[in-house]
Amino acid sequence: MTGHLSISRRKLIVGGLMVAFACSTRARSATSKATGPSTIGGFVRISQEGGISLVMPSVEMGQGVYTAEAALLAEELDVRLDQIAAIAAPPDASLYAQPLFKAQMTGGSTSIRGFWTPLRQAGAAARSMLVAAAAQAWGVHPDECSTKDGTVLHSSTGRVLRYGEVAELAATLPMSEHPKLKSPGDFRIIGKSQRRIDTPVKVNGSAVYGIDVAVDGMKTAAVVISPVDGGKVKSVDETDARKIPGVIDVLHIGDAVAVVGEHYWAARAGVEALNVDWDLGPNAKLTTASIRAEVAKAADEGTPLKALEHGDVEARLRSAAKRLTAEYELPFLAHATMEPINTTVHVRPDGCDIWVGTQTPVVAQKHAARITGLPVDKVTLHNHLIGGGFGRRLQADTIEQAVRFAKQVPYPLKIIWTREQDIRHDRFRPCYLDRLAAGLDEQGRPSVWTHRTTSGTVRRYFDEDGWPDGKLDKDAVDGAWDSPYAFPAIRVDWIRHDPPVKLNWWRGVGPTHNVFVVESFLDELAHTAGQDPITYRRSLLDANPRARAVLDKVADAAGWNMPSEPRTGRGVSLHQNFGTYAALVVEVAVAPSGEISLKKIVAAVDCGIQINPDIVRAQIEGGVLFGLSAALFNGITFDEGRVQQGNFNDYRQLRINETPPIEVHLLNSGERPGGLGEVGTVSAAPALGNAIFAATGVRIRRLPIDRKLLSKRESS
Amino acid sequence: MISLKINGRTYSVQAPDDMPLLWVLRDLLNLKGTKFGCGIAQCGACTVHVDGRPVRSCMLSAANVGSREVTTIEAIGQKESGRRIQQAWLDLEVVQCGYCQSGQIMSAAALVERNPSPDDAEIDAAMAGNICRCATYARIRAAIKSASRT
Repeated sequence: MTGHLSISRRKLIVGGLMVAFACSTRARSATSKATGPSTIGGFVRISQEGGISLVMPSVEMGQGVYTAEAALLAEELDVRLDQIAAIAAPPDASLYAQPLFKAQMTGGSTSIRGFWTPLRQAGAAARSMLVAAAAQAWGVHPDECSTKDGTVLHSSTGRVLRYGEVAELAATLPMSEHPKLKSPGDFRIIGKSQRRIDTPVKVNGSAVYGIDVAVDGMKTAAVVISPVDGGKVKSVDETDARKIPGVIDVLHIGDAVAVVGEHYWAARAGVEALNVDWDLGPNAKLTTASIRAEVAKAADEGTPLKALEHGDVEARLRSAAKRLTAEYELPFLAHATMEPINTTVHVRPDGCDIWVGTQTPVVAQKHAARITGLPVDKVTLHNHLIGGGFGRRLQADTIEQAVRFAKQVPYPLKIIWTREQDIRHDRFRPCYLDRLAAGLDEQGRPSVWTHRTTSGTVRRYFDEDGWPDGKLDKDAVDGAWDSPYAFPAIRVDWIRHDPPVKLNWWRGVGPTHNVFVVESFLDELAHTAGQDPITYRRSLLDANPRARAVLDKVADAAGWNMPSEPRTGRGVSLHQNFGTYAALVVEVAVAPSGEISLKKIVAAVDCGIQINPDIVRAQIEGGVLFGLSAALFNGITFDEGRVQQGNFNDYRQLRINETPPIEVHLLNSGERPGGLGEVGTVSAAPALGNAIFAATGVRIRRLPIDRKLLSKRESS
Repeated sequence: MISLKINGRTYSVQAPDDMPLLWVLRDLLNLKGTKFGCGIAQCGACTVHVDGRPVRSCMLSAANVGSREVTTIEAIGQKESGRRIQQAWLDLEVVQCGYCQSGQIMSAAALVERNPSPDDAEIDAAMAGNICRCATYARIRAAIKSASRT
């Protein structure tokens, strides 16, 4: 270490000096003296000791985003991924807002699309400042210096400085407004299947998810929540609960009661000993039948909001050689992440700490400030690895509940929901009712296409003032108004009908619903026209070479034209959402009993530049199976206001013995990176439904798939 | 007091008779690698070994473990079978969110311990009790085969 860069004794005592760099559009380079990582901004932190930490603006919930975002930074910073530590960004939208949302939020397969340029810029800006600092220390021109693996080199003299040795000086230098980015040909990390950086701790049990948080003095609570959403506690007899050894407190909020224990099991026993009398509120009579009837009524009578219309739709419907109509219906879905809902909160007079895994840290922080009455900057949120998000942790309702309980006690309080609470008190993927009509010309080609969706809006739960009537929620039509196909005339519209059930986004968001409907109905058209489903789709893709390429690839790789056994069949789906093109072929066998076996899955995907091809494949593999699992098994239903499913016995999930071989073929278009977390899930259900049609002749228009429709009568 | 042999050490804990081993591990012994997933032995996230056999610790009361040896994810890497499974999990990049993977690895390690080269059907039979919502199943199958070969 050179003399003039040595750091003061005091700084060493306070735990090392940290330097932060931000990208040029969010310029904030700072030297933190004592306050630690959570209070300084930027994406790159280099300690004097040489430790390099990269701040992850998106939360890691399995999608591999820590590895991918670190790759973007590390590529331009010129460090190896095994040299860095990833840390979760604190809530600070000024630094970590997702550019596509303008909010600090992980979801919608936006992370890489949004951060593709800013994170590379941040890495490049940091690198150029480190180079400038080293050049200054050596008294040479920066252009004479190069970088490699976290060091600056002056090759003509053989001098080397580690980034840590020049970080303090670098932080005082001006930040380049337009740091030069590498050309793709020079990438050493991007495009290579680097090892994931989050997995070593996940195979030896040392990864810390929110549920694993341990804080000094912490107590653990279990809760009982109104069995009907909107219900309230009338009275509680807590006498027996308080007698249970290890029970410390019983806490009340309007719609739930918590029992605090020395450990979770005492708390659980306490909850079971509670005697709560509920006022079940306005939803006490809610049933799935009543919800479906209301949705159908809205579909008949509601006012459609137009999303897309071109061509003379009505005239073409009248003049079509053949006209088809169909109705599709999709259920509410729970997220059922493996890690049940949990939050740890410590409310003190001077501040509040929250330990949790959340997809929306800023929202959680804001709610906690409101509930505690503390200023936002007194609420510290420690974000954690998430044991599956799928959209559930976009909403902070569970964190709000935890803060409402925790503000009643002086100690840190961890709340853990049961699996049954996690499913029954989820905020659900909306149910949908879709009505479609299409006209075919004399050659069987679609001459007109109309698609009307009736559903609630998820957006009202995310926008502070709700969602105004008469305003289109694009999520309701995503995947329908932007399908890959060119129709001579098309109309897509939406009737808003908010059910008395709280809603949330779910993996694949709008397109998961719409692509099922579009790709199933298009399959109906192909079969009505007597044409092969892939040939038929291809004929509508003249102006869409990327879509055509994935479709051709999947047909070839899946052996689309190979003959099938009786009651087996292949189905295809194609879509272009989240900036990615994806085609999928699912092959199934349907037993005479109606039982469905998955035989083979083949995907072809063009997501543009692949940051990490192996993670791309993993997301498609898992995403497809996630979607198939829901289509095969899942629907949330209500009776007497209560969710009828509760655990993996009655909200069952695909298991390994039901999983077929999966192939994922990646196309290298070199276009801008597209999203991936949602893509496979979107592809899944339509390919499955179309395969079942190929195997049985039965069209699946309602999910989850009713096996009774598929059983073969003995007499036939 | 309940006496438990866990990962080669003996622990004495004060726990209610019906307290599942899962919560004793997590809340009394701070061994948090074993995960709570469902509480009814449907998902396998809480799988540990009891005398080498995979057991759902959410449904086994600690008081009923007796003198049997408990092994958890924290120590499975000290066994050759566990070490190979963990390495294969990394080599084949099985893991996504990772929450179920402690249980997956414990089930897989028990499998290869008793069957050094399982075929697909044997893997499916041994692993069907472990749910993965990220659906990493294809890679789990491949990783078990890879660990079997090495």
